[in-house]
This record gives sequence, C-alpha cells and structure tokens, in this order.
Amino acid sequence: MVSFSTYPGDWVIILPVIVCLVGAALLLVLKQVREVQIPLALLSVGVVAACEVALLTRVLTVGPVSMTMGNWLPPFGISFTADLMGTSFALVAALLTFAVLIYLEMDAPDRAKRDGIYPLVLLLLAGVSGSFLTGDLFNLYVWFEVMLISSFGLMVLGGKNVQLDGTVKYGFINFLATTLFLLALGLLYGLVGTLNMADVMLRAAKVDPAAMASVAAILLLAFGIKAAAFPVNAWLPASYHTPPAGISALLAGLLTKVGVYALLRTMVALLPASRDVLDPLLTAIAVLTLLIAPLGAIAETHLRRALGFLVIGGIGACLAGIALPTAEGIGGSSIYVLHAMISLTALYLCAGLIEKLTGETDTRKMGGLYAAASLPSALFLTLVLAIAGVPPLLGFWPKLLLLEAGLDGSGIVSGVIDWARWR
Amino acid sequence: MDYALAALSGVFFTAATYLLLSRALIRMLLGLGLMGNAVNLLIFVAGRLTRAVPPIVPAGETAPILGANPLPQALILTAIVIGFAMFSFLLVLAYRAYQSLEADDTDKMRLAEPRGGPQPPMSY
Repeated sequence: MVSFSTYPGDWVIILPVIVCLVGAALLLVLKQVREVQIPLALLSVGVVAACEVALLTRVLTVGPVSMTMGNWLPPFGISFTADLMGTSFALVAALLTFAVLIYLEMDAPDRAKRDGIYPLVLLLLAGVSGSFLTGDLFNLYVWFEVMLISSFGLMVLGGKNVQLDGTVKYGFINFLATTLFLLALGLLYGLVGTLNMADVMLRAAKVDPAAMASVAAILLLAFGIKAAAFPVNAWLPASYHTPPAGISALLAGLLTKVGVYALLRTMVALLPASRDVLDPLLTAIAVLTLLIAPLGAIAETHLRRALGFLVIGGIGACLAGIALPTAEGIGGSSIYVLHAMISLTALYLCAGLIEKLTGETDTRKMGGLYAAASLPSALFLTLVLAIAGVPPLLGFWPKLLLLEAGLDGSGIVSGVIDWARWR
Repeated sequence: MDYALAALSGVFFTAATYLLLSRALIRMLLGLGLMGNAVNLLIFVAGRLTRAVPPIVPAGETAPILGANPLPQALILTAIVIGFAMFSFLLVLAYRAYQSLEADDTDKMRLAEPRGGPQPPMSY
C-alpha cells in the first residue's frame, strides 16, 4: 500500500503528455500563423524528449517512478508509472516523431500543413507517450483512443480516395479492437475489483484462473488486432501505405508497437498465470506471424505495402519473446520493439524518398535507382539488412537474444530435450 | 436485475456480431455502436445493481457491502463519450467514402488493395 504522495522530482513523468497536449492546442490556435507551426512542433517534441531523458535517468538511478493524480493514493487515483521499458519506448517514440516532423516539413503537401497535420502528430505522440507511461489499465484505454483518433485524422488528411478506403478499414477494425479491450477491462474489474496495474498484479493470483484466462484471451485478441498479429493482420497492409510516406512512417513506427507493449504489460507482468494457459496459442500466433509476413512481403510489388508486411514480421518476433517466459525472451522482445520502431520508421522514410525520386510506387518499375541515386538505394539496402538481422546492424542483437531464449527453453543446446513438452 | 441486464448485454453482443459480419458500412457502424453499448452494460453489471442506499458513507462508518460501486459508472461515462466521438468520426468517414468512392459495400472498396495483384513467381 502506498501511503505517501509524489516526490517533486517525479512530476516529470506527467510532462511528456502535458507538453504534447499544450503544444497541439497552441498549434491549433495559431493555425493561421504558418511560420510558427514547424518550430513550435519541433520545440514541443524536443521538450518531450528532454523530459523523457530526465525521467530515464531518474528511473535508472532510483528504479520505477510513479505518481498518482490528485493525491488520491493508489489504488484509488489514476497512476502514472514509468519503468525502464516504458520510458525507453516513450523516449524513442519522441525522437522518431522529431525525425518524422523534419521529413514532413520537407515533404508534406502545403494543403496537409494548412489542414493541421502538426497538431495531429503531437496528439498522436501524447497518446503514445501516455500509453507507455500510464500505470492504470483504464487510463491505457483512454490513451489508446487518443492515439487512435489522431491516427484516423493523420491517415485521412488530404482526402484522396485511396486514403478514404484505407482509413475505413483501419478505423473500423481498430475501433472494434478498443471495444474488445474495454470489454476485457469490464470483466477484469468485476473479477479483481481494481484496474491499477500494480494492484491487479497483486490480486490476480487469488481469482478463478479460468475466468482470468478468458479475460487474458480477450486482451490477446484486442491487442493482437492493434499489433496486427497473424489472423487479424489484414488491415495493416490495406491501410498503412495510403497516407503520405512521412505519416506512414510515424504510424508504422509507433502504433503497432503500442499493441505489443500492451501485450507485454498485460500478458507477462499482470497475468502471468493466464499467459501460461495461453502459451500454446501465443507460440502458434508468433510462429505463423513470422511465417506469413515475409511471404506477403515477397509477393507484394507495391513498395510501401511490402514494408507493411515487414512491420507484421517484426510483431511476430516480439510475440515470440512474449511466448518464451524467460527474462531473455522478454528482454529480447522489448529490445526488438525498440529496433522495429527505429528501423521501420527509417525504412518508410527511405521508401518515401525513393518513391519521390523515381515517381513510382511499384518496385517492378523502380529499376536503375542505384545508377540514378546511389545514396538512397545504399541506405535502403542497409535498412533492409538491419530488418533481416545481419550481424553488425541493429536487428541482429534482439534476434540473438530471442534465439538464445528459445534454444535455452527447448534444451537443444544443453542436450536435454524435454520431449514430453512437445507431445 | 443483474441477470436480466447480463442477458440483455448478451443479446446486444449477438446482434452486434451479426451486424459486423455484414459488408455494408452503415450496418457495421451500427454493430460497433451496439457493441459499445453491450460493453457499457457489462461494466454496469460488474459494479453491482442494487436498490440499496446510494454509496455516500457518513464519517466514521464503513461502506455497506450491498451498495452499488460508483466507479464502473464513472468508467461508463468516459467510455460513452469516447465511443460517441469515434462513432461520429466513423459515420462522417463512411458518408464521405460513400460520396467519393460511390460504394458502401466493403467488397467494392478495392482502391488500397487492387484486385489482380502480382502473382509471385510469374511477376518477376
């Protein structure tokens, strides 16, 4: 039981969200003053990143940081809780948003800027940071919705027919996913009587395991849709390539990873007993996602649609870590999330550059790019190799961790294979 | 009363699932709205429904266990507001898609995923 209020230095935990929301409000008020839009947006995201660096140093020195709104001590008030995983995800999200803002300033059509693309980007970052830093499940739902409504806006901004088509599919399935999330929260509250994450962790063990497993299964479905895991992945390649490349990059880098983060939080930390029940299912989903995604990417010739399948492949690797209940598995999974955020955002931005240089979206018509512009094509190759996990590059290390965790679990390395487990 | 509302929630879920399986956007949207209400009812039931006194407890006394829990009702209020915003956005989006794409049938919305895509071994 927590019986003290927040240490003053810990107030920094709430700043990323507040700065984003205030920045977005200011940008909307100053919509007519076009010159201040991009400096103000960059300033806000820079301040957010600085706050998150401060938060990260605090987390590294004193451990998880927590604050509760309105001095209603837990489990009654809404808590914000930052640990190493959430804070580093939030920091990377802010840095990526900074990069994407610069790209958007150079690339986005004037019409999108006039229609308020920057406030929506800041609102999206508010939703993402809030999801990574909150310590309350219902609050997580609220941040999911903040994130969702701003991503709808970003995806449809410009109003081309293809964007309308993509947004319809994206919007309906994701609204369904958050409704399912809310359903699971209602059942969870009925069972354990709390939605504070730390409190759920304490009380979950005392509840009927079968009932908890059904709640966990609904959560798995809801977050599986958000993360685009195998059987419910079709919306991602149908929608992520429709907005301009900068927006695609932002969505691909941030949104599905929040789904994975929510899975890591709920499956592994909050409901470990239910995760054990769902383990065969999680393993099957992870393996199938890992198999389907590269096949889709090979078959696809629209460049950014093919990248959409690579996003799904990354989700499969992250799920594999969740299916392996060891510290290495979870560690590999969370580091893979960081890698996927960075590499996929970069890859989408690079793809946008290539589409601009060649004027084509179909890879079959992009021949001769290396002769025309060697630097972007070399960059693209490096990024693809990073995604594939070629050794010195970023993608190799989380994959190594995941592979080690998988081999340790199977006993292949030590020579003692528990055949009973596989029967 | 709990059982009646739980059953009603189940009926709503059934109808919502049926509507969501349709290919017409407006039916899917109604299905999503209905499912939101089903979830809200479910949370309402999770917080106990009683005719007992409202949960205002005088100082120095403990809360009556039979009283309804006010927190789920606060959750529902939040969920209603959010659900309404989402519903209105999707309604406008569906209408705009109907105007621009001249289709409210998801099978006819193939701009983002064109038919007759490449067939892997032959297309290279």
